[in-house]
Amino acid sequence: MDASFLLIQTLNGIQYGLLLFLIASGLTIVFGIMGVINLAHGSFYMIGAYLALSLSTLTGNFFVAILMGTLSMAIIGLALEWLFISHLYKRDHLQQVLLTFGLILIFNEVQSIVWGNDPHGVEIPQFLSGSIPLTDTLSYPVYRIFVSAVCLLLAGLMYLIIQRTRLGQQIRAGSTDQEMVENLGINLRLLYAIVFSTGVTLAGLAGMIAAPIESVYPGIGEQVLIISFVVVVIGGIGSIKGAFVGAIAIGIADVYGQVFFPDLASVAVYAVMAFVLLWRPSGLFGRSL
Amino acid sequence: MVTVPSRNVAICLFVILLCFASVPLFGDKYFVKLALRAIIFSIFAMSLDLLIGYTGLVSFGHAAFFGLGAYIVHLVSPVDESLNLFICLSLTLGLTAVAASIIGAFSVRTKGVYFIMVTLAFAQMMFYFFFNWPGAGGSDGAFIFFKPALKFGDLTVIDLDDGHTLYFFSLFAWVACYILLIFVLRSPFGQVIQGIKINEHRMQGLGYDTYLYKLVSFVIAGTIAGFAGFLFACIDGFVSPGLLGWRESGIAMVMVILGGQGTLFGALLGSVGFHGMEEIFREPAITGVIAEHWQILMGIFVICVVLFLKNGLSALITRFDSKAGEDV
Repeated sequence: MDASFLLIQTLNGIQYGLLLFLIASGLTIVFGIMGVINLAHGSFYMIGAYLALSLSTLTGNFFVAILMGTLSMAIIGLALEWLFISHLYKRDHLQQVLLTFGLILIFNEVQSIVWGNDPHGVEIPQFLSGSIPLTDTLSYPVYRIFVSAVCLLLAGLMYLIIQRTRLGQQIRAGSTDQEMVENLGINLRLLYAIVFSTGVTLAGLAGMIAAPIESVYPGIGEQVLIISFVVVVIGGIGSIKGAFVGAIAIGIADVYGQVFFPDLASVAVYAVMAFVLLWRPSGLFGRSL
Repeated sequence: MVTVPSRNVAICLFVILLCFASVPLFGDKYFVKLALRAIIFSIFAMSLDLLIGYTGLVSFGHAAFFGLGAYIVHLVSPVDESLNLFICLSLTLGLTAVAASIIGAFSVRTKGVYFIMVTLAFAQMMFYFFFNWPGAGGSDGAFIFFKPALKFGDLTVIDLDDGHTLYFFSLFAWVACYILLIFVLRSPFGQVIQGIKINEHRMQGLGYDTYLYKLVSFVIAGTIAGFAGFLFACIDGFVSPGLLGWRESGIAMVMVILGGQGTLFGALLGSVGFHGMEEIFREPAITGVIAEHWQILMGIFVICVVLFLKNGLSALITRFDSKAGEDV
């Protein structure tokens, strides 16, 4: 066990954490601003991964596929918000949980009808398929660096939009006091639709760029959903900063857990969560309840 | 919230239980098993109703205790003979109670949506634990070769391997759990947890340590769910990690809402309704080509229940109650 091996594992952990951030950030803003707990968020990751699979075989170009996929995810997000989620704003959490639970059942069956139940692989685009040698025996794949870069870029973009633009101002205000925002003449329904659609798109995008690393199979969404919940709980619900810190922490904890304690790996992540909850019951950056 | 079953409810319950009791006399094997599953899931959902409908704790990880109860039966049963029913049952209840107090001690610290996510995460932790543990069959699940029985020498009093014995044992268990929960809710403890659901701050102001009350409620609910898991494991003598999964937790929640939360007996209506719909959706003669993908219909059904059926099926019965007879 030498330094370069440790470096590779740390890079893997960060890359996984950044991917988790893309998913968890959507979950956390949808809750923070709209007050909706969305169990179907993992399904959007799954849909993204399957879209990448279909579109890249259809178009033959991975990047065109991602572009088309992102656009379709945004449209799916708008449609779902209009059809289902908009009925949930004034309802309690229990009903939100159940309605989105029903959505998962539907999405899972649609997936099995359209794509079947076999696992699939998505090919890495040619010029990203190489790897950078670190030592004589160890190297790091370029595609993973590409994934990290995309996630970092999006995280930066999100930060700029939320901190520097008018839309971001409205989003921040909406998470603090919805009635006041409405009284100021801001179209809350439109804001909600944008926020929800963005969350869906981010989760779908995460699924698309993760597809070449992980194989695409039924149930990928559910695993990701639970881990994203852990991330959101650790970071504090509604806090994007918290989601970032939580995602990186969980990414590294998961990868290190698999390397150093393979038997307990699946439990390591939850141990981190239990520890954080003992220390701060409303997460690292959450408002106290 | 109704803690004393009104006359209408009592009559309806009596009729429903009578129907259930007559199922083994008329129904075929498949139908008896279906009714048995409905009874056992109703016990499971009833325990969840104590949390959701009476304590105000929306747990999305309740299947952890259901599945744990089932797995304990597998783990404590020897492979070559059946274990004494009382020993098996006390071990199951005791161990699920311990698990519920540990998980509860962490999760009850949180509130609202945090509680939903944390209970879900702990249930998933248990799921992966059993999924990855070869000692308990891993992802394939495991068999229980000899189900618990009560024997004195050569005399067999109760043998859960026998379908009808298990059926009536479960029906009796349902009545016992229902009466137990009614007593719990009528006790001073029950009044406090119902107060917590309505206004926790005020209960704190009155000097109650609400954390402790919520924790005890969580442990009671978890233990009863473990009991339901014990019975479930006896149906086919097979346990699998799926029993602890979030899908089972979600199904229990759907049953509570379908039946009407905060009614206890609604869990029975919800469970019967859910299993009935499931059978209808899966029947190719009724749903045609979609039968293979019946989960789509189930998803639509769940969404419709949430959007349109606000007080659940039990409201159909309680709406005829006179106001004077209601214990609020």
